[in-house]
Amino acid sequence: MTHILRSEWTKIRSVRSTVWTLAATAVLMLGLSALLSASVKSQADGPIPGGEAIATSLMGSMFASLSMAALGVLVISSEYRTGSIRTSLMAVPTRMRLLIGKIVVFTIVSLVVCAVAAAGSIGVGLAISQPPSVDLGQLVWSTMGCSAYLTACGLFGLGLGTLIRHTPGALVSAIALMLVLPPLTYQLPGEWGKAVNAYFTTNAGQLIVTGRANDFLGPVSGFGVYLAWVAVAMVAGAVLLQRRDA
Amino acid sequence: MTAIRATNLSKRYGGTLAVADLSFDVEPGHVTGFLGPNGAGKSTTMRMILGLDQPSGGSVAVDGKPYREWRRPLRKVGALLDAKAVHGGRSARNHLLAIAQSNAIPAGRVAEVLEVVGLSEVAGRRIGGFSLGMSQRLGIAAALLGDPEILLFDEPVNGLDPDGILWIRTLMRKLAAEGRAVFVSSHLMSEMAQTADRLVVIGKGRLIAETSVSEFIGRSSQGYVRVRSPRLAEVAELVKVGELHADHLRVTAMSTLEIGALTARSGIPLEELTFVRPSLEAAYMELTKDSLEFTS
Ligand SMILES: Nc1ncnc2c1ncn2[C@@H]1O[C@H](COP(=O)(O)OP(=O)(O)OP(=O)(O)O)[C@@H](O)[C@H]1O
Ligand SMILES: [Mg+2]
Repeated sequence: MTHILRSEWTKIRSVRSTVWTLAATAVLMLGLSALLSASVKSQADGPIPGGEAIATSLMGSMFASLSMAALGVLVISSEYRTGSIRTSLMAVPTRMRLLIGKIVVFTIVSLVVCAVAAAGSIGVGLAISQPPSVDLGQLVWSTMGCSAYLTACGLFGLGLGTLIRHTPGALVSAIALMLVLPPLTYQLPGEWGKAVNAYFTTNAGQLIVTGRANDFLGPVSGFGVYLAWVAVAMVAGAVLLQRRDA
Repeated sequence: MTAIRATNLSKRYGGTLAVADLSFDVEPGHVTGFLGPNGAGKSTTMRMILGLDQPSGGSVAVDGKPYREWRRPLRKVGALLDAKAVHGGRSARNHLLAIAQSNAIPAGRVAEVLEVVGLSEVAGRRIGGFSLGMSQRLGIAAALLGDPEILLFDEPVNGLDPDGILWIRTLMRKLAAEGRAVFVSSHLMSEMAQTADRLVVIGKGRLIAETSVSEFIGRSSQGYVRVRSPRLAEVAELVKVGELHADHLRVTAMSTLEIGALTARSGIPLEELTFVRPSLEAAYMELTKDSLEFTS
């Protein structure tokens, strides 16, 4: 398995689009943190509480979640587009090993890059909004939560890419599931509607970034629910990968 | 060892039967040509050998077991299917490195195979900008990475210039001479005649012949004698068994000597009296004429 991991690492680092997407994600987060922190600071009457300052710094994660999802999609769909998936499967004919290799390498790369981007964003944000005090525990928790959330978004993309194989199709589904549909579920009526809304993909997943709870889920349980969504996409993709002709 | 053994192999895509009940063996030490008209099922068969497509029926083993059961398959089998099916953003070196790493092949092999195919100079260039000939060479480099005993090439000379074609032919014969099994597909008989010593001929997914090249020519098409003369009609009357064409007479049942003696006795002048050897191309056309998928 380590050989497969090494090979996937070579693949991911040797394509410029990967490196660019990761860089763009980090820049986006840092830039939005600076912008939003400055705007909050200028509109505030008094000092900004530490918790709010951190939350503002990480607002860019909404967009970063999309670029990470796109990267996750591309990790596999670009192999289908070019036909190089056949080379990959000739080298690693046990298809689950290939998929696991991709998942592991993507997860490690994403956790590291997103943790750095999140820590940087918080640093930039705090430097601008100057809260009187910051809880160190909350700072670490938010950094790790943000990194975990963005990585889960990337894995959602990887699962959808494996399932759909076709880059535009997988990207559209990722955007729909992560960005378009979640706010729409607010319109659902009744208690059931509220529950669906609370459990729906990023509505649940984002709680770990903000550290807040909704009516049904806390930050950790919300993230757990989001991972279940990711797992469903991934398992469906894995089953089809196993069955379909390449 | 039988390098590749297909047993009653079938593949159905929806309504089309791409490969039907196909059985054949590929042995080491030979270049085995896999011959068939367009759409005969050659690429499909190769994908099934490599575990990419699941057979609808039957099975195929590579050195005794299915491809998917080999843990480091590239050390056993090297294949070139579609030279352009690569990620264009990667350099040739990184492309090969990723493949090598997956099968625990030492990274040093990458430079070696690049040298063999003559791509060392462009090892660091993005492969998206490679010409077809260069891509073909890169694909062959990938196939050679694991120093495999079995090699599969799907129409490797398509789109190559004469130099490239000669290079690939020489390489394939050299690989076979080293005791490896080389299985190479083509839809051109003339191409195979110069490279292969054994043939697996298919049409519409079914086996038409599995023989040596020489046996194939001998069996499927006899030679004939071509006669030209200003008085062709008289010659035809004289030999009786000929087949009269616009400008020549074609005789299969008599030798040049017999025809010459006959016409000399009657004092008929001849322009040409030749024994036409059976050509591979003709043999192939004859065998596959019933199995052409698209007839124009
Ligand atoms: N993935 C697929 N889905 C549906 N039909 C397919 C698929 N792959 C091949 N076919 C069909 O199977 C038949 C055999 O195709 P195949 O590509 O194996 O032929 P081939 O001998 O390689 O031809 P060529 O010389 O043109 O490369 C064709 O009728 C083709 O249309
Ligand atoms: Mg083909």
